[in-house]
Amino acid sequence: MKRVVIGVVSVAGTGVVVGRWLASRRRASSPVKDPRAQHRWMAVTINCHPDDVAPDGRLPRPLAQLDVEVRVEKAPGDRGTELYARPRAPVPTGRAAVLARLRGDHPREMVRTALRQVKSLIETGEVLRPDPDLTRERPARAGRARAKVVDMALARAAGEERL
Amino acid sequence: MKAVCWQGVDELTVERVPDPGILNGQDAIVKVLATTTCGSDLHLLGGYVSAMRPGDVIGHEFLGEIVETGPDVRRHRPGDRVVVCSIIGCGRCWACRHDLWSLCENSNPTPDLAETLWGGSTAGVFGFSHMMGGFHGSHAEFIRVPFADHNAFPVPEGVEDTSALFTSDAAPTGWMGADLGGVKPGDVVAVWGCGGVGQMAARAAMLLGAERVISIDRFPERLAMTARHVGSEVIDYTATDVLAELRERTGGRGPDVCIEAVGMEAHGLGPDQLYEQAKHQLKIEQERPFAVREAIFACRPGGSVFILGVFSGTVNRFPLGAMMNKGLTVRGAQQHGHRYIPMLLDRVARGELVTSHLATHIMSLDEAPLGYDMFKEKKDGCVRVVFRPDM
Ligand SMILES: NC(=O)c1ccc[n+]([C@@H]2O[C@H](COP(=O)([O-])OP(=O)(O)OC[C@H]3O[C@@H](n4cnc5c(N)ncnc54)[C@H](O)[C@@H]3O)[C@@H](O)[C@H]2O)c1
Ligand SMILES: [Zn+2]
Ligand SMILES: [Zn+2]
Repeated sequence: MKRVVIGVVSVAGTGVVVGRWLASRRRASSPVKDPRAQHRWMAVTINCHPDDVAPDGRLPRPLAQLDVEVRVEKAPGDRGTELYARPRAPVPTGRAAVLARLRGDHPREMVRTALRQVKSLIETGEVLRPDPDLTRERPARAGRARAKVVDMALARAAGEERL
Repeated sequence: MKAVCWQGVDELTVERVPDPGILNGQDAIVKVLATTTCGSDLHLLGGYVSAMRPGDVIGHEFLGEIVETGPDVRRHRPGDRVVVCSIIGCGRCWACRHDLWSLCENSNPTPDLAETLWGGSTAGVFGFSHMMGGFHGSHAEFIRVPFADHNAFPVPEGVEDTSALFTSDAAPTGWMGADLGGVKPGDVVAVWGCGGVGQMAARAAMLLGAERVISIDRFPERLAMTARHVGSEVIDYTATDVLAELRERTGGRGPDVCIEAVGMEAHGLGPDQLYEQAKHQLKIEQERPFAVREAIFACRPGGSVFILGVFSGTVNRFPLGAMMNKGLTVRGAQQHGHRYIPMLLDRVARGELVTSHLATHIMSLDEAPLGYDMFKEKKDGCVRVVFRPDM
């Protein structure tokens, strides 16, 4: 293995870079707390005819497995079909919500992921799988601590955003 | 297999990593024949692009041979020589159907980050951070190409690897700047940056009918190369006042279309540079939009500015007043390569578009850290280093 350092090694390690980035690039937040955050509809727009979203009234698999309320509407112009969904049961709040998001079983997160998968399945016939993570397979090295910072950033970024 | 991995700011290593495999039915595995450095990689190396992890394989502009196809690949078979677009599109979402491929809605498996930071996500890109999907890059012996029917393009016979290679990223990016910047016959076009992207933008402007094209940079060898191979007029911005020079060369109007092909690490002169450097030291702002500012000031009232250089966050002192009051159209995008690549390959085959001169250095993958050092510091006249994994 060859290890060559390019140019001047910056004093700022990746951790610093990521920290700085997180601090400086927070999402433009609204001054008003969303009063409907718990039950707002989440949606994807699918490039197909409304009839092709739920043929015979049956929801595509990833959504059908969840306890959700669903709405289908024709999108304006040539934009296809709007598919809306939200969990039927009340969602966890406070500490329970934070833990659920960390575990990856927060009902809203699951619905959001399912909506994305449904869109991709209908449009392309598959859900693209990410390349395997090489960082984790690697034995301990100086990069591990820095990788953690990015992992945290990635995990934190899994907030609920526009789909 | 061997691969070039990002380890941290200004640190690359060559490592052994597992070979890629087919993960989706529409994937192909490509044996990389040629893969090149791009200015965008410098932003990764500089730590300006978020969400890189140590061990990430970099590289996104490449050409190779298909060695394996998933069961749902229809248009390609093993043995095909293909150029692969640096941007990954699904070909079937609304954005792809409208030729806005870098906005593909299905090719980025980790869209959350971009949605948080930009209010919307963009397509997956090879070797370009977890914000763009975390796909492994092309500076490796093999690479997995998702949605292969849409992202790989057959290379016409007789076109050399090192010519076709640049239709993956530099050439379509430059073409997009001129095309979506609205270049029309009779226009005067100014291009900031004489790297691979800027040179391709200048050539595209000419082929789209611009009457005069003026390229701006500071490296004498890049300026000379652009004058010789692209045929544009050049300005060395360290030797003169660019704004005054452009006004004089355009009858006082300013260029109709200004294309920025520099990006967030732009080099600057004078007080502006000191201000930006101070902010950089204080970690207030990372991105340096000198060329964008200059393009907006230079542009004729009612003209258009296209930002090809990559930016990632916010910038200060953006000349919003000049943009608004002069009635400019300002656009930018990651490249929508798929709409141009077949046409560009044809032009390369016909000799209308010359790209091979960009490959100033050819090296093995093992030499990548050295190659990037040369590319970053623009040593030895380096414009692009091409890595050949078979060397
Ligand atoms: N939009 C896209 O899809 C896309 C695709 C590829 C590359 N890019 C971006 O395009 C930019 C250029 O890429 P490249 O490969 O040509 O890089 P490069 O580093 O080879 O070239 C950049 C050139 O800009 C010049 N420059 C620096 N400051 C300048 C200034 N103030 N005025 C004029 N010129 C200046 C440099 O001297 C250099 O020659 C990068 O930001 C890269 O990230 C964007
Ligand atoms: Zn690039
Ligand atoms: Zn798409």
